[in-house]
Amino acid sequence: MAIAETLASQQKSISVAEFFEKNKHLLGFDSPTRGIITTIKEAVDNSLDACEEAEVLPDIWVSITKLTKETLRITVEDNGPGIVPDNVPYVFGKLLYGSRFHQIRQSRGQQGIGISAAVLFAQLTTGVPARVISRTGADKPAYIFDLMIRTEKNEPEIIRKEECDWDRTHGTRIELEFTGTLAAKRRLIDYLKYTAVVNPHARIQADIDGEWFSFERVSDEVIVPPQAIAPHPHGIEFGTLKRMAALSTDNVHDFLVNGFSRVGTKSAEQMLGIAGIKDTRKAKGLSAEQLKELLAAMQEVAVPPPPASICLSPIGEEMIVQGLEKEFSLDFVKARTRKSQVFSGHPFIVEAAIGYGGKLEQEGQAQLLRFANRVPLLYQQGACAVTTAVTGINWRAYNLSQQSLPVGPILLLVHVASTNVPFTSESKDAIAAIPEIEKEITLALQDLGRELKNFISKRDRNKIAEDRARAVCSIIPEIAEKVAEIVELPTPDISPIEGQIMRRVVAKKKTEDGIVGISVVNYTRNPIEVMVYSLSEDNPEEAVPKPDFIDTIGTEFNAVWRTTIEPDSVWKAAYPGKGQGSIDIRGVDEKMKVVVDLDGEY
Amino acid sequence: MANTEKDRITQERLVSIAADWYGQMTEGRVPSITLPTRTKANIEYNATSEVWKYGDKGTTRTANSAKSALHILKMAYVVGFLKQQLIESRSSTLREMYYISEGWKRAKFAAQDESNMLVEDLEIVTELSREAFHLRPEEDGASIYGPLRLREQTRRGNRDIHCQEDVGEAGYPIPSNVENIEFLDHDASFVIAMETGGMYARLMENGFDEEHNAILLHLKGQPARSTRRMLRRINNELGIPVVVFTDGDPWSYRIFASIAYGSIKAAHMSDLLVTPTAQFIGVQPSDISDYNLPSDKLTEGDIAALKAELTDPRFDTDYWKKQIKLQLDMGLKSEQQAFASRGLDFVTKEYLPSRLGEMGII
Repeated sequence: MAIAETLASQQKSISVAEFFEKNKHLLGFDSPTRGIITTIKEAVDNSLDACEEAEVLPDIWVSITKLTKETLRITVEDNGPGIVPDNVPYVFGKLLYGSRFHQIRQSRGQQGIGISAAVLFAQLTTGVPARVISRTGADKPAYIFDLMIRTEKNEPEIIRKEECDWDRTHGTRIELEFTGTLAAKRRLIDYLKYTAVVNPHARIQADIDGEWFSFERVSDEVIVPPQAIAPHPHGIEFGTLKRMAALSTDNVHDFLVNGFSRVGTKSAEQMLGIAGIKDTRKAKGLSAEQLKELLAAMQEVAVPPPPASICLSPIGEEMIVQGLEKEFSLDFVKARTRKSQVFSGHPFIVEAAIGYGGKLEQEGQAQLLRFANRVPLLYQQGACAVTTAVTGINWRAYNLSQQSLPVGPILLLVHVASTNVPFTSESKDAIAAIPEIEKEITLALQDLGRELKNFISKRDRNKIAEDRARAVCSIIPEIAEKVAEIVELPTPDISPIEGQIMRRVVAKKKTEDGIVGISVVNYTRNPIEVMVYSLSEDNPEEAVPKPDFIDTIGTEFNAVWRTTIEPDSVWKAAYPGKGQGSIDIRGVDEKMKVVVDLDGEY
Repeated sequence: MANTEKDRITQERLVSIAADWYGQMTEGRVPSITLPTRTKANIEYNATSEVWKYGDKGTTRTANSAKSALHILKMAYVVGFLKQQLIESRSSTLREMYYISEGWKRAKFAAQDESNMLVEDLEIVTELSREAFHLRPEEDGASIYGPLRLREQTRRGNRDIHCQEDVGEAGYPIPSNVENIEFLDHDASFVIAMETGGMYARLMENGFDEEHNAILLHLKGQPARSTRRMLRRINNELGIPVVVFTDGDPWSYRIFASIAYGSIKAAHMSDLLVTPTAQFIGVQPSDISDYNLPSDKLTEGDIAALKAELTDPRFDTDYWKKQIKLQLDMGLKSEQQAFASRGLDFVTKEYLPSRLGEMGII
């Protein structure tokens, strides 16, 4: 036999499932630790997408149970619309089966590989079939399936299909058994937390090997699901155009107008004129050569950008802020949603947020949260366009130190939403370096950087003012006393110094010999009407003057005095006590008041 | 007694600091104090006194931040403490004062460096030495040996001592308060101050003091303030020249500089501590090659120190620029005992007589 013939006898087609069985890393299943995260990510993404389509507020349950030393059971359950029983085996048991692949709109999953790849991965490591329960409505029964994938054919194998009882009226539940470890538990919790940040309308609860996590929803607003749009003439490839033409029954003019977004009669005529094609020709009958001409002509004619507001669903500034505040305790948080832009005919929107202070790590580099279509990106931070854009910004211009990323208690969030997020690989870990996207990220963050700078400098000014107030109100009186003792003269009155430095309303608390003394001095030019609050364990009933109001909060007394103080006058109150607790005044502009607790240690 | 008069002046000057603050506060101003900036960039040569002193650059501390207010509060406590000490005719060490501050609540010192600095600040403002405040240094001064008779006022009465006849081989230890010494008579033609004990012993053993009527003085490294004060007094009051003999490395040149030009840390005391006519006798960098002395390579730290000296105003003379550049070129340093490689008598019979001759001292 000739060599070619020998070889030919060995050549055969490869099923998609077989291919991915051998190339698990392409989908993010390269290691057992990572496989668990990818599985949960795929299942949760599907659940969120399904809930959005059905316009229900997502309620998602995730659990990981250790079965033996090496095997784990992963369960993800949602309250989505459910899947009709006939489709269940295909959704979970066949790779490249999905509803969103041919649609142009923002969605988390797109190719229809994710969850079936997880089923395949589970099947490879333990051989246990995937279990799926789904119900599409209260009036419909729930079905339980045990499924496997026939890899050589990429077809589902139904091992069991039965009606069953289920407490949810609609939704889907999947259970998979894996070989793996919980080594990446931290990252898994991060994934859930980050998902909760950008999906503040979702409730996600998790039981990870007996440890309970709950991410409550803070918004009851149902997300309006983005609508699919027709392809944009600038973002189309030859193969797609050929396929679309072959399926069309229209003439080429109507084909352009009906089949593409933003193409009107006038631009269709222009395109056909450049391509030299008669507008009455059937689109179906065009030769490959003519289609190539047409494609080139489509690029030449200027058309408006695709209708981003229909097909994209940005999170929105307010929701991002709510989401971050819910999961992180921050002193400052601001978000930006940029206007939609286009790269290669694909619309996209960049959103960004900066959080500062609070419980964030004081030292080290900023925490960077990357998202694409509301999905957190956990791996390959270094390879991502988001990282490149962030490190390309001169953060020193905003008074922050920088070691590629800015340094300090800073959290950066970047979300890229698009009908076609350009990932660097199928595992969807990093966004490719598209200049249009990088520019938008940079602009959004620079805008936020300026706001952060304002916040920090304002806070520092306040700190200086407070520091000065302490010096004036507590240390200068001590200097006065000591100095008077040395020169053997009476202690000088330092209230002119106080007044001159402050020109504010100064409230002081000082406890001496078992008497708590509260004083409020009005150094402003106008009379003020203030409420003086004292919260402490000391009982203020015997206070002179008597408080206008006393109530108890736990073991503490909350006393309130109401008084009017003339300019350059002082109001005083005193009562027996130990002096712990705090005071405050209200009725004066925050900027005009200084409250100093002279009992505090500093 | 003279001391009482001195104490009265000291007390007056200290209290005047507090009086300034008192005045500021009664006028409704935040108390403040201005001190010269204590850096290399702010020392200037004073032609009249021939010493290096602080220049015009000043830093004002105003009690309008918690930190500065606290500093002034601490200063007020120290002033109060010193005033009391003067009234009661008592004395204490810097370390004791640091511990006493434990009872000053908020005004207590965080570390002894802080209280030492504060005392130096007070010396600058009052133009008095810490000895005037009755603050004793902990460290002893150096030792001297030679044809000098002095009277020391001790707590046990006056003692007359001849620094050759009445002392052992260690010599006469200079007390911490040099002001208690009165010079009676002497037979010396110069003072030779040495960095190391080894050289001090060598000169004594070889009878250098007798042969040349020299007062030998052991600096013990960077000299204490009392040693520098002693050198200045001998030079000033007895009119005898001072030469300084150290190792040949950048740190030793700083020992010489602190004697002859004044130190950056104590530039405010230059008038009391510095001997402007003191001369450097060696080891000169040029001696290393001239006498082929055993030497070590300069370390990175040595090189950095030499380079810093090139920008130090005190070393801005042709002699030092030439010697420092020569040393940087050679990359070598030698100790003063390196002369022993030419025999134990070489330094006393050859090197010193020939250098002293060149310098016009003998």
